[in-house]
Amino acid sequence: MTTLPRRPLLAAGAAALITSTVPARASGLAPTPTMRGGANNYRPGAPIVDRIGGGGFMMTGTVLRAGDGAPIPNARIQMWAHTTEGHERDQRSHGATLTNAQGRFVMDMPQIVPAFGQPHGHLAYDADYDDNGFQTVFLRPIMARASDTTLDVQFVLVPA
Amino acid sequence: MRDTLIWLGLATAIAAPIIAAAFSPLLQWRDGIYITAGFAGIVGMALLLVQPLLAAGDLPLSQSRARRVHRVTGALLFTAVIVHVTGLWITSPPDVIDALTFTSPTPFAVWGVIAMWAALAAALMAALRKRLPLRPMTWRQVHMSLGLIIAAGTIAHALLIEGTMEVVTKTALSLLVALAVLRTARLIFRRR
Repeated sequence: MTTLPRRPLLAAGAAALITSTVPARASGLAPTPTMRGGANNYRPGAPIVDRIGGGGFMMTGTVLRAGDGAPIPNARIQMWAHTTEGHERDQRSHGATLTNAQGRFVMDMPQIVPAFGQPHGHLAYDADYDDNGFQTVFLRPIMARASDTTLDVQFVLVPA
Repeated sequence: MRDTLIWLGLATAIAAPIIAAAFSPLLQWRDGIYITAGFAGIVGMALLLVQPLLAAGDLPLSQSRARRVHRVTGALLFTAVIVHVTGLWITSPPDVIDALTFTSPTPFAVWGVIAMWAALAAALMAALRKRLPLRPMTWRQVHMSLGLIIAAGTIAHALLIEGTMEVVTKTALSLLVALAVLRTARLIFRRR
């Protein structure tokens, strides 16, 4: 009667476990979590506009699907901030736009200025106002410098 | 002559950060309530320099006068904190709720809130002084400990904020507050 060598068997089993689970996750694009304070002063259903106010600051971004990273077209993204033209809570500081076929969006908006201690913007993907069927995500990105005139963000969304 | 210099020095230390902040470009994009809230914070921080100097008898005032001024300054300081928080609340309620519940995304909010609670405790101690079952020395040491927390919290809060305060005067005021508080604390904790 022959006995199977236990140690190599365990090692092989562990290796199989690792190769079957870890790389599958690592190759997938991780979803973007909602940021703390991201939804502050949000205005549900802010209208889609060509430009917020007089413009001059470029808020850009990409909306992708978690896992395979496929671009999500026609995703409705709202953005708002404290700018040279208004406070965050003001209706005129808010506007929404849709992503193109590449999942890209661009919004021309007034210059963001530091408020509540940081130069920052707010962005929302709200499932209640979008038919693509992904989970709601709120972002609150901080600009590297208050003098920056662009801000680029990425949404990686999970199906609802 | 010496007294005049001390008063001039103190007036400069208080006025410089306030005047410098009045030239902040950020003010043009803020409404009156938000501006008031910001300046209440700066005034409160400046008064924080006066309190330990009065407590230690560093200013040219009689002891009883210094005590009375210390009380009035304390009341003003606490009023400044209330105006600061209320003004911010009106400007952006969710940001202030985040701060008060310690869930703010900004790293400086927590320091401001800690200082606020310590200031409330210090003010209550002062108001209830006669009714608290504490020996005078113990009362002073607890009140001073709260002062240390208020100063440390306020300095961290202010330094981490990108706001209307100008950087050089903000750093200088922070340094002066730290020195004054530490010096007075040393006097109080050494006296046995």
